Amino acid sequence: MQPRYTRTAIALHWLVTLLILTALPLGLTMTEMPLSPQKLKFYAWHKWLGVTVFGLVVLRLAWRAVHPPPPLPESVPAWQRSAAHALHWALYALMLVIPLAGWLMSSAKGFQTVYLGVLPIPDLLPKNEALGERLADVHAWLAYALIALLVVHVAAALKHHFIDRDDILRRMLPWIMPGKETT
Amino acid sequence: MRLFILLLGATLLPVGETLAAPFDRILPQQSQLSFVSRQMGVPVQGEFRRFSAQIAFDPARPETAKATLEVELASFDMGSKEVYDEVVSRNWFDVRQFPTARFVSTGLKPLGGDRFEVRGHLTLKGRTREVVAPFTYRLQGGNAVLEGAFPLKRLDYGIGTGPWGDTGIVADEVQVRFRFIAAPAASGTAPGAPRGGKP
Repeated sequence: MQPRYTRTAIALHWLVTLLILTALPLGLTMTEMPLSPQKLKFYAWHKWLGVTVFGLVVLRLAWRAVHPPPPLPESVPAWQRSAAHALHWALYALMLVIPLAGWLMSSAKGFQTVYLGVLPIPDLLPKNEALGERLADVHAWLAYALIALLVVHVAAALKHHFIDRDDILRRMLPWIMPGKETT
Repeated sequence: MRLFILLLGATLLPVGETLAAPFDRILPQQSQLSFVSRQMGVPVQGEFRRFSAQIAFDPARPETAKATLEVELASFDMGSKEVYDEVVSRNWFDVRQFPTARFVSTGLKPLGGDRFEVRGHLTLKGRTREVVAPFTYRLQGGNAVLEGAFPLKRLDYGIGTGPWGDTGIVADEVQVRFRFIAAPAASGTAPGAPRGGKP
């Protein structure tokens, strides 16, 4: 069986997945809601999720720097390797830049981010309505890009598992699934 | 009224004391009345753009001080149209039924140095509660700068009821901040004195 990702890398991957899959629908929903206590709650949760994702992704990158991911099997053609690497780095970049854009947008709109309702994160930008609107667009478009890349990421993983029948998905699964022995 | 306060101030002025100029008008355009509300722990600022006040304040004679403040609640601004529409509605200020908030002082206590504490009745949305607000006094270009803050509990006044009554989302306590510039009674020479309130 192929070497797997470390348990820490696997845990972080799936934890971040869970948080992103919560933050995305929250973000899409809350912006369309009329002003209500529920809306304020969703905004707060969305921001806390974003801050958490940012922190965990920094942790993932640090971990990855010390524990390089297992190499791709020989069977993967060169163009797919490049594509996979490009996609992974794009995902990392978006997972960092989207929360940053959200935080800056929040600052510019005059709403500080207070992590979990207790830890104030300083406002980097002064209040500026027009800038806030622009950053809101940036935040949203980057999030749409993330959704698109996530679709590709999942499709690629499923393709490896069900079509190529290799161990690429298996090595990131939180449980050990008997896999095909590759030589 | 102003004349009366003037006369009162004049008669109470001790002989030989020249510094103690009583202040009798708030300059609304230079003054600020703002507040900070907490939403899920996030401090959000707002302000009232229109208010008027009658005051008589002589730092040397705090026992003679008087203040009446009227705030036009519809002049509320938190930087968002959506928030504005919600906050003027019935669950919050209900400005159609209660267009103004009113504060009437009942006493002023010197706290030593340039610090004072004003006590009075705040009527908001038909309910009256006592408030106590410490503030500082300093002179700036012949005018008095009165700056202070006090907390109030919004639910004491029925502000933010219905679904908004959950103080886990919008905190009960609201910090009210004021920075009033008051002109001296004597003449109209103070900068900005003839200007009226904002339209």
